[in-house]
Amino acid sequence: MAALTREETEALIQEVLEIYPEKAQKDRAKHLAINDQSLEKANKCITSNRKSLPGVMTIRGCAYAGSKGVVWGPIKDMIHISHGPVGCGQYSRAGRRNYYVGTTGVNTFGTMNFTSDFTEKDIVFGGDKKLAKLIDEIEVLFPLNKGISIQSECPIGLIGDDIEAVSKVKTKEHGKTIVPVRCEGFRGVSQSLGHHIANDAIRDWVLEKRDGDDSFQTTPYDVAVIGDYNIGGDAWASRTLLEEMGLRVVAQWSGDGTIAEIENTPKVKLNLIHCYRSMNYIARHMEEKYSIPWIEYNFFGPTKIAESLRRIASYFDDNIKEGAERVIKRYEAEFTAVIEKYKPRLQGKKVMLYIGGLRPRHVIGAYEDLGMEVVGTGYEFAHNDDYDRTIKEMGNATLLYDDVTGYEFEEFVKKIKPDLIGSGVKEKYIFQKMGVPFRQMHSWDYSGPYHGYDGFAIFARDMDMTLNNPCWKNIRAPWKTQDAGDEAVKAVA
Amino acid sequence: MPSVMLRKREDGKLLFYVPKKDLEETIESIEFDSPDKWGGEVVLGDGSRYFFEVLDTPPPIPITLQAKRVSGE
Ligand code: SF4
Repeated sequence: MAALTREETEALIQEVLEIYPEKAQKDRAKHLAINDQSLEKANKCITSNRKSLPGVMTIRGCAYAGSKGVVWGPIKDMIHISHGPVGCGQYSRAGRRNYYVGTTGVNTFGTMNFTSDFTEKDIVFGGDKKLAKLIDEIEVLFPLNKGISIQSECPIGLIGDDIEAVSKVKTKEHGKTIVPVRCEGFRGVSQSLGHHIANDAIRDWVLEKRDGDDSFQTTPYDVAVIGDYNIGGDAWASRTLLEEMGLRVVAQWSGDGTIAEIENTPKVKLNLIHCYRSMNYIARHMEEKYSIPWIEYNFFGPTKIAESLRRIASYFDDNIKEGAERVIKRYEAEFTAVIEKYKPRLQGKKVMLYIGGLRPRHVIGAYEDLGMEVVGTGYEFAHNDDYDRTIKEMGNATLLYDDVTGYEFEEFVKKIKPDLIGSGVKEKYIFQKMGVPFRQMHSWDYSGPYHGYDGFAIFARDMDMTLNNPCWKNIRAPWKTQDAGDEAVKAVA
Repeated sequence: MPSVMLRKREDGKLLFYVPKKDLEETIESIEFDSPDKWGGEVVLGDGSRYFFEVLDTPPPIPITLQAKRVSGE
């Protein structure tokens, strides 16, 4: 289907909104927009980071998910207690595929679920004693843990437990970092506030641990990779490029990261931010307190990678600048071969995205490298500054949808008829059953990495594999297809 | 009176960031911006106005300062 004009997109939004009651219509209209590249500021066209309407199917998560699942969870040598009832942690456990090295259960704990398993009794009488006991048990059973974080689930805030007091007592007793995180699910409008709370907890309880301790040998080329959660190995594929150009990656936040790396981060020269939404807070803090500059970069697709490598290098001396050129040159043959192979198969295909923190804008370049076009994009929990950064990446008159509801997303897809959708697991089966090729773009659909040059090859293969899969032709019953109808008529005649 | 973090964007423009609200805006104009006088009323990219106490020297950036919202619009 040809790209829609501005008027057609406008009409489409109106049509989709029609079904809502008047008040909801007005509210949702603010979250749907038509991209206009000439705008500097997104707040002129789209509203974001607002409470979802009651009664619609939002795709968002909660603050606990943002803190435990996203920011803290991947720190591998700490134990993260899901404090509260068992479900929040157990049903989300190990689903994010943030890879790490280490022996699970001995010195790393990434895929395990620790919970205080609240029952009625704990809600009535308070759970602080149970928490204290749990921490003691952890120290006996898993003595190689390097610290503990307490991730509050909803009831903790509701019953007013004092997890800070327990943390202080137990920190003294065991001599380890124990961090209380007030990330109860009901806080804020989405997982976004959970990221912020988690960042603040790192700032208050971990980051300054090694201030004044100069035993860590620094170099002029130290950087930290921030906001890369190593989904399917993403951070590794990024790290190799940075190291190849001559930089030293001191810390990974937080995919395959450790608490020691976090404590050493205030000693780096530059913070590299991949997921701006979930970790800009800590970068801002480090800029103010330790005068460490930070920049955003994008490692999806060769165009953006080259751009980012050069941008990163511009903060360093000629050695690194040459290094960046060397890296780009070295992989050139590789990625041109990928593009030559897949571009003819993917050229001109249209993609609609609806994802989380950085990908709705970051992956656009990678699709464009393959000759594909992103015709609609949206964020679950973005703020205005994310849309500011998106406007320039998207084509004119394309569709932007913030906190899209299940109904709206389906209707948009029916009308726009994209060739591929990239979104989460909750959307996956709906669209596959509608016969639209779909990639799960949160955890790369059991694939990855997609970052870096190595990742781009996998990305291209996956998109081709999904889009050109013969199964899509067989999704309609044979007697319902146009051809079959014609044949039947012929047979009768 | 929100706490506001000021930082410089790569192109040299000042950014106005309110951590509590997660609001990031550019500063379009600032009343006093000379070596011996800094602060006063600032106008943000979205048109809203805030007031910083007037200082004798420009503060080191990045820095967190208190700002007052100027109403009347
Ligand atoms: S909203 Fe509350 S109960 Fe639900 S998953 Fe989040 S923390 Fe758990």
